[in-house]
Amino acid sequence: MIDKIVESTAAALADVQDGATVMIGGFGTAGLPDELIAALMDQGARDLVVVNNNAGNGDTGLAALLAAGRVRKIICSFPRQVDSHHFDRLYREGRIELELVPQGNLAERIRAAGAGIGAFFTPTGYGTVLAEGKETREIGGRMQVLEYAIHADVALIKAERGDRWGNLTYRMTARNFGPIMAMAAKCTVATVHEVVELGALDPEAVVTPGLFVQRVVLVPRTATRGAGFKAA
Amino acid sequence: MNTPLPRWTRDQMAARVARDIVDGSVVNLGIGLPTLIANHLPVGREVILQSENGIIGMGPAPAPGHEDYDLTNAGKQPVTLLPGGSYFHHADSFAMMRGGHLDICVLGAFQVSAHGDLANWHTGAEGAIPAVGGAMDLAIGAKRTLVMMEHLTKSGESKLVERCTYPLTGLTCVSRVYTDLAVIDVGPTGATVVDMVEGLAFEQLQAVTAIPLGRGPH
Repeated sequence: MIDKIVESTAAALADVQDGATVMIGGFGTAGLPDELIAALMDQGARDLVVVNNNAGNGDTGLAALLAAGRVRKIICSFPRQVDSHHFDRLYREGRIELELVPQGNLAERIRAAGAGIGAFFTPTGYGTVLAEGKETREIGGRMQVLEYAIHADVALIKAERGDRWGNLTYRMTARNFGPIMAMAAKCTVATVHEVVELGALDPEAVVTPGLFVQRVVLVPRTATRGAGFKAA
Repeated sequence: MNTPLPRWTRDQMAARVARDIVDGSVVNLGIGLPTLIANHLPVGREVILQSENGIIGMGPAPAPGHEDYDLTNAGKQPVTLLPGGSYFHHADSFAMMRGGHLDICVLGAFQVSAHGDLANWHTGAEGAIPAVGGAMDLAIGAKRTLVMMEHLTKSGESKLVERCTYPLTGLTCVSRVYTDLAVIDVGPTGATVVDMVEGLAFEQLQAVTAIPLGRGPH
């Protein structure tokens, strides 16, 4: 029997290795898997390469992981935030490596990894400093830049409902990077707020089919930061 | 001391951009000044707003107390979803842009060149933390990229320039610039004035603009 439900976030992350590349879903706080980041913090893996759209907010979550010196490199599109002080300090002190990627290239590089595409040409970034040193080619009358896939050892994502096969649905714009990160990692760990019986998720509405997901952990539904998330 | 130039307010600028967005358009409004445009779309004109974090058919901010931080825009502000709207993941969202499926994208800018080069993501200042987000994808993706910006910097320099001195976001991607003084088309043949704030003389506009301006048929 296939059963991807894992009893705790700690159990789900027990085998994350030092030096691992870890994708973390979320755009700002929407879709950010707080419980899994906290578990990664407790788990202790070091020298990590983190792929996330941002580089941590405030003093908790990803920012805490950075502050603890556990992240060697971050691949992201928008590190600078009003409350990204931990990243800002580490970056200025030269203690963290930054690979800055245009957001659409970041998404497509992740998607490409999941789809078995080695690299692709894109017009985004052509002629800018973010394309310096990269191969370019004129395709269809337009200059384009070669961008390589980003693979991960582990993806940590937040979904809404899931079943023991790993099928997932998401909630509103919290979906953001979840479906593509799930495809790009060797081991995808998803939190859900509800575990349902096989067949209970509308097959027409499953966003991430279970084969992209290795572990599912049930976590309580909590208010997303700011206000407003209505508990079920 | 020069007499101050007549200017459009930020809301008048937004209304001026909104006037040019035709019924049925699918539009991405960038963070900052362009977000004001949503408040000025003429009644009866159906315009679909997309935000790159993964929402199309985006509605206005919710009433106080009804914010849901799973439902936000690219500025991470709470929004609502209109009937007919939908959610999608990031790769689909940027495929909408890169794939040329958006009609219009309106962006803020630090500088725009006569040929439509755009600089809007980084001042290149020493010690500044770089952050690009979706700016480069947005700039080159939509069928038309418009810029909405103040005509002059705080210190009075023209933001329309011969060559961008700030790091580029995209090359020859902007087709029209809406400032607080004028509406100006840019592109391969240079800059042409389409519209000006009432009471402003063409010579006055040219005097504060660092690139040669042509006169449009207005």
